Amino acid sequence: MNESARIVTFKMDGREIGAREDETILQVATDNGIFIPTLCYLEGLSAMGGCRLCMVEVKETSKLVPSCVTYAREGMEVITNSERLAKYRIMLLELFFAERNHICAICVANGRCELQNLTVNLGMTHVHFPYFYPRVPVDASHERFVLDHNRCILCTRCVRVCAEIEGAHTLDVMTRGMDSRIITDLNQAWGSSVTCTRCGKCVNVCPTGALSEKGKAVADIAVKKQFLPYLTRMRRGKQ
Amino acid sequence: MSKMKIATVWLDGCSGCHMSMFDMDEKLIDILEKVDLVYSPLVDAKEFPEGVDVTVIEGGVGSEEDKHMLELIRARTHMLVSYGDCAVTGNVPSLRNRFSVDDLIKRSYIENVSAHGDGGGNVPGDAVPRLLPVERPLHEVVRVDVFIPGCPPRPGLTYFMLKELLEGRMPDLKEKTRFGL
Repeated sequence: MNESARIVTFKMDGREIGAREDETILQVATDNGIFIPTLCYLEGLSAMGGCRLCMVEVKETSKLVPSCVTYAREGMEVITNSERLAKYRIMLLELFFAERNHICAICVANGRCELQNLTVNLGMTHVHFPYFYPRVPVDASHERFVLDHNRCILCTRCVRVCAEIEGAHTLDVMTRGMDSRIITDLNQAWGSSVTCTRCGKCVNVCPTGALSEKGKAVADIAVKKQFLPYLTRMRRGKQ
Repeated sequence: MSKMKIATVWLDGCSGCHMSMFDMDEKLIDILEKVDLVYSPLVDAKEFPEGVDVTVIEGGVGSEEDKHMLELIRARTHMLVSYGDCAVTGNVPSLRNRFSVDDLIKRSYIENVSAHGDGGGNVPGDAVPRLLPVERPLHEVVRVDVFIPGCPPRPGLTYFMLKELLEGRMPDLKEKTRFGL
C-alpha cells in the first residue's frame, strides 16, 4: 500500500464512500460489507481479473469492469448488484460447469467448494449450455497431492501462491482458451517435479476439488487460507 | 375437487432420489392423502397415463428408451420436475460421456467380466435399450419446469416442493439445495 495515497470519494450502490486511491473496488466493497462474488481473487495474492465474477457496473462506461483490478476514482459511480450483473454471473458459473466435469456428488470438495457455494448464493439452478465433457487427466503421481483437471476452473490461485508466496513457481498454465491446463514444471508429472517443495499452499488455496491432499477422508479435509494475508504482511515488515 | 395426479419416474439414476422421498417418513401420508399416485416404480401401472399434473423425474437420459419415455411424459404432463443431480446435471452416469459407447460396452461386458469361463462376456442384444452417445440432463431433451439439484435432494426439500406445487405455487428453491448434497 502506498503511504502517500490520496483519499477519493465516490458512490457505491448509492452510498457515498471514501477510500484510498490505491484500493480496488473489490477491497472497498469488502471493507464496507458489500458482497461481490469472486473465484480467482484471494487476499494476499496478486489480483488477475480472470474469473470475471467480480464484474461491476461503472456509470461512465457501458462495459462491465472486474472490481478486483479496477481502482477507486474520484466521483465514480459503481453498482455492484443489478439484474444485468446477476444474469452474467450465473452465466459465468454455468460456463465453468459446462467446460469441465464438475460432478459434485463424487468430489473431494463437496460441501466446502467455492464454486458449488456460489451456485447457491447466486441462485443457479441448472446449466443452460451444452456440457463439453472434456477428456482430461488426473495427476496422482505426487506422493502427497492430487491434481484433478476435471475440477479445475483455471483461477490460477495455485500458480500465484506457488510463485508469489512459496517462491517455487512449480505450477503454471499451458496453452490457451478452453485447452488451458495447469502444469507442473515443464508439463511433467507432478511426482517428478524437482522444484515442488511439498508445502501444500496450492492445495489450501484451491477453490474447488482440483487440488487435494492424499490419504484424508473427505470429511477431514479442511482448507486453510488465513496464512496468506499473514505471510504477505510479514514480508512487508508489518504485523 | 379431484385429487392432483402425481407420477414419479426413475430414468438413468441409482434410485437414491426415490429413497430420499421415502425418508419423508410420516409426511408421505400427508402428501399421499392429497394426491393420486398414478405412475411410479412404486405402483403397478404399466403405461404412463394422460393428463398427469406433476411428474417428478429422477435420473438422466442415457438410452433411447429413456429419451422415448421422457418425450412421452412431457407430452402427458403439466408440470415436469427435474429431480436430483442426475436429472439436472447428468451427474455420475455422465462420467461415461468421455468414452465412446462402443468402448464402454466392450469395457463393461467383455474386458471387465471374469464370470465367464472363456474370459469374455456377452453384449446384451434386443432386450436392453441402446445407449445414446452421451448421457444428458433432462432439460437438454425436453422443457423442464422445476429444477431440484441434490444427490439426493433432501427429504424436507422434497416435501416442501410437493407441498408448494399442491397448493398451486411455484416452489422457490433458492438457497435451499445445491448440486452434490
